[in-house]
Amino acid sequence: MNIHEYQAKEILSRHGVAVPRGIVIDNPENAEAAARELGTDIVVVKAQIHAGGRGKGGGVKLAKSPKGAKEYAAKIIGMTLVTPQTGSEGRKVKKVLVEEGMPIDKELYLGILLDRQSSRVMIMASEAGGMAIEEVAEETPEKIIKEIVDPIIGVKPYLARKIAFALNVKGNALKQMIPLIINLYQAFIKEDFDMLEINPLVITKDDRVLVLDAKVNIDSNALYRQKETLAYRDLDEEDPKEVEASKFDLNYIKLDGNIGCMVNGAGLAMATMDIIKHSGGEPANFLDVGGGADEEKIENGFRILLSDPNVKGIFINIFGGILRCDILARGVEIAAKKLKVKIPIVVRMEGTNMEEGHQILSDSGIDVIVSEGMKDGAQKIVKAIR
Amino acid sequence: MSILVDEKTKLIVQGITGREGQFHAEQCMKYGTKLVGGVTPAKGGQTVLGKVPVFNTVRDAVKKTKANATMIFVPPAFASDAILEASDAGIGLIICVTEGIPVSDMVEVYRYIKASDSRLIGPNCPGVISPGKCKIGIMPAHIHKKGNVGIISRSGTLTYEAVGQLTALGYGQSTCVGIGGDPIIGTKYIDTLELFQKDRGTKAICMIGEIGGSAEDEAAYYIKKHVTKPVIGFIAGQTAPPGRRMGHAGAIISGGKGTAEEKMKVMRRCGIKVVKSPADLGKTVAKVL
Repeated sequence: MNIHEYQAKEILSRHGVAVPRGIVIDNPENAEAAARELGTDIVVVKAQIHAGGRGKGGGVKLAKSPKGAKEYAAKIIGMTLVTPQTGSEGRKVKKVLVEEGMPIDKELYLGILLDRQSSRVMIMASEAGGMAIEEVAEETPEKIIKEIVDPIIGVKPYLARKIAFALNVKGNALKQMIPLIINLYQAFIKEDFDMLEINPLVITKDDRVLVLDAKVNIDSNALYRQKETLAYRDLDEEDPKEVEASKFDLNYIKLDGNIGCMVNGAGLAMATMDIIKHSGGEPANFLDVGGGADEEKIENGFRILLSDPNVKGIFINIFGGILRCDILARGVEIAAKKLKVKIPIVVRMEGTNMEEGHQILSDSGIDVIVSEGMKDGAQKIVKAIR
Repeated sequence: MSILVDEKTKLIVQGITGREGQFHAEQCMKYGTKLVGGVTPAKGGQTVLGKVPVFNTVRDAVKKTKANATMIFVPPAFASDAILEASDAGIGLIICVTEGIPVSDMVEVYRYIKASDSRLIGPNCPGVISPGKCKIGIMPAHIHKKGNVGIISRSGTLTYEAVGQLTALGYGQSTCVGIGGDPIIGTKYIDTLELFQKDRGTKAICMIGEIGGSAEDEAAYYIKKHVTKPVIGFIAGQTAPPGRRMGHAGAIISGGKGTAEEKMKVMRRCGIKVVKSPADLGKTVAKVL
């Protein structure tokens, strides 16, 4: 689950991490008062959306006066912000964070993430803060420091010192940097972060160390024990069809094509998208109905697929294991009749109770094209929508 | 021959009194797996499925039944604890089917398991089957056939797809291992490849991967160096958009890394026969044999 920058900073400051003072507003009228309250010569107005690269799209502005803050806030709130990460459709900005300006001396990068190769948490740091870490990794990989953390001992002062010295941090800043790294790791573990990216982590001219921007991703599997964080979920940032699907425990991801897919299992669902593409079509979505799907789940999946106006045909690809083909067929029958489906449906069913499944479909009177094997199915649906 | 599980495997099921646990315990038993007991805390003393004793702790179950393998069907919040309990009780093979275990739990579990004598398969996996001998997991038994193709996969149904194609063409399997779709799994491709290379009953290996991480790349380099048997590979998610989790927690292209294209390139370079279409898996294996 993604959260906003201001929410990430709230969590981090609860763990003793220094962040700039800031006020979140959703009405530009309040920007002036917020800037006055902060009282610094410069304030920063930052769009709060779940995507990076906000500065490039005009979503981060430095205001030299409270009036200026209000003007910027009025421009940013309500705008559709397009960044390299939002796609061309952009995101509507509902809130901005008004934050005290900082006299920046140095910008660093610090990220904490799972290193899948070692199956441990890794801390990544770089002196080249303020730029995308992927670019740093590409151009100057020697500038990236990587430390793997042993989960039994966590981040001890020696490890934090090792990172701080490698970043050439000195004097007063060094004294703050060591507990900061330890606290960031503590927050990462206790709050079940999946990923934490601080870019930049700044050292100010008056030697303070602060988190200027924070991007946090929370492990969805751990939300049951992170109730406070769950309240941070912003449904406006998610695709409404994906939100609807998640209510029924369906795994749906919208794509740009016109062939709706319904599949059981994540790997087979991806492979189905691939084979549609190989057959000259474009998948409209990823949909994994899971192993334990019942008629109701199938029906809801169908409804969500059809709510995408781009969908011109549906390919159902099921390898029945735990999910029985007869249950799938019944779900398809109910949904197709209830929703009065008029677009072509191709069904490929194999595995448990395959014969019963085919019988139900042929008795149902609904117009389905039966296929043998996934390649045949993909070719049939591509042909059917031409 | 086969790897990991066979006629000598004695299985217990953790979470045997739950709906899914009991259903799949029964399916495994019907297939011929020696199911010797189950564990559900505070339900010790009961009997399920006619004759299967339930114990309070894995330790009790091992003491009474000499079980050497366990299948875990415990809900995600308690599953990591169940894995640790099984390892502590000396179970050699732990197969965890549960999906949705928090990553930070698995970081700890992985660290512990690697220092123990236990092997963990999964979590978030369909399990392991050596056709005709032993099935531990949720895979549909009837599509399998005894033979000499070894299968390793991060996915469940896509494995069934490959097995179905092979069986239809008349080629059986030595063992099919679902290693799991999570970012942290107990047994990786490399561990399984090592076992298949040593197994005299395996003549060819079918390796099914997906986007996310670099496990397939590492496996490819290992194959180039250590595996002499023919390997056929497929990567799912060639059309997956970057930055999105495709159903499996581990199936995500992040920072431009872990794409299908990149993995397929490395695999090809290391001598693996990579098929572009999942429909060609069976025939390509058949051609090699």
